Amino acid sequence: MATKLKKAGALTATLAMGAVIAGCAGGGPESEGGKITDDAIKLGVITDLSSVYSELAGPNAVEAVKMAVEDFKAEHGDDAVTQNIEVTEADHQNKPEIANTTAREMYDRDGVDAIFDVPTSSAALAVANIAKQNQKMYFNIGAATTELTGAQCNPYTYHYAYNTHMLAHGTGKTVTEQGSKSWYIIYPDYAFGQDMNKSFTEAIKESGGNVVKADATPFPNDNFATFMTKAPTLTPKPDVLGTMQAGDDLVNVVNQYNEFGLQDKGINLAVGLMFDTDIASIGVKKLEGTLYTTPWFWNLDDRSREWADRFKQRTGTRPTFDHAANYSATMQYLEAVQRTGTDDADAIRKELDGHSFDDFFARNAQFRAADHAVTHDAYLAKLAKVKKESEVKEDFDFTKAVKKIPAEEAYMDAADSGCDMG
Amino acid sequence: MSGLLQQLFNGLVSGSFYALLALGLSVIFGMLGVVNFAHGAFYMLGAFGAFVLLDSAGLNWWLALLVVPILLGVIGMVLERAFVHRLMHLFPLYNFLLTFGIALILQDLIRLKYGVTSQPYPRPTILDGMVDLGVFTYPKYQVFVLVLSIVLSVLVWLVLTRTRVGMIVRASTERAELTQSLGIDVRRWVTPVFGFGIALAGLAGVLAAPMRAVNSEMGADLIIVIFAVVVIGGLGSVVGSVAAGYIVGMLTEFGNFYIPALSQILVFVLMALVLLLRPAGLFGREEGSPA
Repeated sequence: MATKLKKAGALTATLAMGAVIAGCAGGGPESEGGKITDDAIKLGVITDLSSVYSELAGPNAVEAVKMAVEDFKAEHGDDAVTQNIEVTEADHQNKPEIANTTAREMYDRDGVDAIFDVPTSSAALAVANIAKQNQKMYFNIGAATTELTGAQCNPYTYHYAYNTHMLAHGTGKTVTEQGSKSWYIIYPDYAFGQDMNKSFTEAIKESGGNVVKADATPFPNDNFATFMTKAPTLTPKPDVLGTMQAGDDLVNVVNQYNEFGLQDKGINLAVGLMFDTDIASIGVKKLEGTLYTTPWFWNLDDRSREWADRFKQRTGTRPTFDHAANYSATMQYLEAVQRTGTDDADAIRKELDGHSFDDFFARNAQFRAADHAVTHDAYLAKLAKVKKESEVKEDFDFTKAVKKIPAEEAYMDAADSGCDMG
Repeated sequence: MSGLLQQLFNGLVSGSFYALLALGLSVIFGMLGVVNFAHGAFYMLGAFGAFVLLDSAGLNWWLALLVVPILLGVIGMVLERAFVHRLMHLFPLYNFLLTFGIALILQDLIRLKYGVTSQPYPRPTILDGMVDLGVFTYPKYQVFVLVLSIVLSVLVWLVLTRTRVGMIVRASTERAELTQSLGIDVRRWVTPVFGFGIALAGLAGVLAAPMRAVNSEMGADLIIVIFAVVVIGGLGSVVGSVAAGYIVGMLTEFGNFYIPALSQILVFVLMALVLLLRPAGLFGREEGSPA
């Protein structure tokens, strides 16, 4: 269809006009009688295929979606609503403008029914806007901002996996309740960092703690010496340094936290967001005993391990929670199509709203109708103590769950989200 | 007061990296007239060199500190003979593009092999922990980095000012043709100087491995600041680039402390000011002024 369109456009203006008009109809007329447009379910994965998040999301997120498609087909066999399920992928390089154009192309030109993943909050919000305009399904997984289910929520966007509220109410609350009352927060000076700072400050205050100081740090930054030397001089002296940095900046923070011996000075470390890939980069030794919040990790229990084993057979590596959530979301979407017998977005969202489920990734889970947060249990996790890095026998085999954070705590009340579905 | 001193010290440590990198860049520019855009990539290779040696051969950091710069220096010399040399008689933009291309290729090769996430690198055990400096305690490792960078800078300065080789290099930096006409073969010093500059970048990389995130992009962000440092110090001025390295380090640190949002542009503000008031740089000499 797409290539035909291009050729037509190249011929004459008149022909092109005709083709465009046909294109705008979006394949609707071809599906007369059938409930599945184009007689195919088309899934689009927009993710970071080339830069900083390409390992924690990236090509393996696409693999996870494909894996779900295969499992769905195998499970339903001839009873499946269609065997014709396509997966397309695109690299948004974490840039909102690229995500915007790509999402538009996928919905308009390629007839994609649902878009998945989209890490980086600004890009995630751009795609939500397009999903709303096009009235097509969008499951965000890779981004953390609560805006997706808050002020910028819309009927076609669901937010899967995690958000800054979950991270703050897991780590911020527990660490404060365990006795580290005074916090010194450092956060990168952009949307994600500011959102994290806000969520953590709220959670800390709710739990009876206080934030001695919160400093915005340059982004990206490889030298945090200023903040490491400043921490012990603050009054009152903070009990814990809360870092909201991500990726390489986080690696630098943890390295320098260790170098400046802040632990010996009685200042603990709390990390806002950590992916398995970050932990591997820093080295477990430098992080041993660190508490952090995660929606899932592969070694959680038998169900998770069983899936992680299959994922490893396929990709050669253990999955991050982003990968697992992509699989889970794809499966939930396909099952909804199966139940309703159509890929019509309005029918699907009505089917999903209020739907409760439980799978290897999302426990005690629900597609919350009011704000479209897909709520589920999260975990407060602790990193293993190791003498040597070589004690970690397998990829990402370093996490232990300390406490389950029930879905009701992990997500804010829908009434407080500020979402108006309209 | 001790807080202020400590910030000053932070600045000196981050300045050490700027100084070592700017020193290499400056020497290369002085001798060859080439702005080496691949300098950041060699800094990155230095860190990766240390990582690979440890990971595959079990070679510790101290050996890496010796082996990696030498290895990279040799690679630098080969590059100079094979490519840079051939473009030197052309407009400087050609070598600028060449080295930029080399930087991109090196970064992508590393990314292809090791991906985008950082590699872990442990601190050498002897340098673990803190040292008491009287006014405050400071991480041993960072003190070591600072001392080493100062010692190296002084050594380079001594070699350049007190030895015959240094005099030749300085003479050819200042007035290549005149030196040539005095019967000194300038060309034979070009390759080793290029290799030496690259080796310094590699050394800075090895020093960075235990304290900074080791990944393919680590040099790309830094190189921009280093260019600013060299411009502030005065293109081709060895003392200038080292001094500017420490100045910029301290400036950034003070920025982090008082106005974090501004800290990363302070260096460029300083560069603009220097270009406006002293176009040849703080330590540079105006063209044609007496030596």
